Amino acid sequence: MPITESDIEKIAALAQLELTDEERRALTPQIASIVSYVEQLNELDTSAAEPALGGLTGEGARTDAAREDAPLPSLGQKLALDQAPDPAAGHFRVPKVL
Amino acid sequence: MNIETIKTRLAGGELDARAVVESALSAAEELNETLGAFLQIDRAGALARVAELDARRDESLTRSLGCVPVAVKDNICVRGLQASCGSAILGGYHPPYDATVVERLQDAGAIIIGKTNCDEFAMGSSNENSAYGTVRNPWDTARVPGGSSGGSAAAVAARIVPVAFGSDTGGSVRQPASLCGIVGVKPTYGRVSRYGLVAFGSSLDQIGIFATNTTDAAQTLSVIAGRDPRDATTADVPVPDYVSGLTGDMRGARLGVPRELFGEGLDAEVRASVEAAIETYRTLGAEVVDVELPHAKYAIAVYYIIATAEASSNLARFDGVRYGFRAEESPTLREMYRRTREEGFGTEVKRRIMLGTYVLSSGYYDAYYLKAQKVRALLKQDFTRAFERCDAIITPTSPTTAFLLGEKTDDPLAMYLNDIYTVTANLAGIPGLSVPCGLSETNLPIGMQLLGPHWSESTLLRFAHAYEQAQPFDARPGVIAGGEG
Repeated sequence: MPITESDIEKIAALAQLELTDEERRALTPQIASIVSYVEQLNELDTSAAEPALGGLTGEGARTDAAREDAPLPSLGQKLALDQAPDPAAGHFRVPKVL
Repeated sequence: MNIETIKTRLAGGELDARAVVESALSAAEELNETLGAFLQIDRAGALARVAELDARRDESLTRSLGCVPVAVKDNICVRGLQASCGSAILGGYHPPYDATVVERLQDAGAIIIGKTNCDEFAMGSSNENSAYGTVRNPWDTARVPGGSSGGSAAAVAARIVPVAFGSDTGGSVRQPASLCGIVGVKPTYGRVSRYGLVAFGSSLDQIGIFATNTTDAAQTLSVIAGRDPRDATTADVPVPDYVSGLTGDMRGARLGVPRELFGEGLDAEVRASVEAAIETYRTLGAEVVDVELPHAKYAIAVYYIIATAEASSNLARFDGVRYGFRAEESPTLREMYRRTREEGFGTEVKRRIMLGTYVLSSGYYDAYYLKAQKVRALLKQDFTRAFERCDAIITPTSPTTAFLLGEKTDDPLAMYLNDIYTVTANLAGIPGLSVPCGLSETNLPIGMQLLGPHWSESTLLRFAHAYEQAQPFDARPGVIAGGEG
């Protein structure tokens, strides 16, 4: 199915991007051409393959990530707010939600 | 100067530590107009640190990287320095903590002289996607240094620092190393902690090393490798002394050649150089065997689905709330998010976020993302089978030598295809490295890539070192730090 400018508009909304008209026009054929390139995967029969989700570690390697459940020092409020664009009274202030 | 020379001269009193760091800083400053390799040069910090180390000189010099100046890609956090990741959305951002590799480097006595330029969020193969200007190749300043870790590659190639750090998600260390005529190592997934590396594709990202020779790369890898409780993907696998493994002995070694990767799209000079390297290995006593990687031709398609999907998710955190850039005067929260991201991200990053969002979106997930993960499993299987027949696989690192600035910027797909030889290692989680193996007629470096099974860094470094001893790469780029030509 060809990708249209209105598809691009929909994806941009999902990705929280506000594209300009010019960007939308430029991106439409580019995304379409990349998607049509990656569709070459359809020529492969993968019915017997298990997806490689999380299976990256070499044979026999352990990545057991559990640690003792003990409190450790954290960043702290001052450092956490230090570079916020709009900190206020110990919080991150943002424009109204609605 | 390489690490050993620096350390020997410091120990023998022919050089003092301050002069070493001072000369790296001056070279970085002087060449920055020409190369654009650095986004921040930390003169004051580096000199303060060298004074500290010099005060207990005897102890400092016993450390593995004692008083060795290094440079760090701008997507790796160093407390007190910027970490823009080459993006406007993180302009002025200063992380409040050090990456694990940075802690380990500092414990080993290294001195960080600055942060290097890179493609925005490590997305690119030419360093032309940085919001802070492109990096130029020291061999020919009309050409790209490769990407995304182009600044680190240029800094080492121009002999500003003996060692620099980058990240490799699809070739971002190996490809610029190849284009700049130096050594680039991408360790096994799980070998080096990514804590403090700004995430791009979490199942692919790995921190890597640039050096002028394999011995320096080996020594540096011994410092940064190993389990880190702060990165759950690091594995509890012993870290060998990589330098002592550099024996030069190739007898009985088996080198695999995937012939199908030496065909269409490969530049003739690059092919001839890599073929000559294979002959060198044969002369050194290695057995050369043909191997097959039948799914390698699908690697770019798989990579640009998985990497963009992961990127679209990882980059969701840049929203103008907690740090970095925020667009002004947005009446609602949603508009603030959208305008911040619209103004803060560059074109390539938006393109990849869009593509990643598309392949993950409802109705398309199975067709693209899941399909790609299945082909990834088949590719991984190809490597497992190939490594039953050989200890390492040799390929070119990049299909061509360094291309011209602007040559591929209008065609994203052409740019992506440049990564054909490197993305396979990230998809399979295996280590890879690039070593210079010749010069083109136009005086541009050519690199070859060695790939090995998980945790085979020692083998790859031994292979690379043996080649380096047999065929030393003595050529130097035109743009180079004073006294190093």
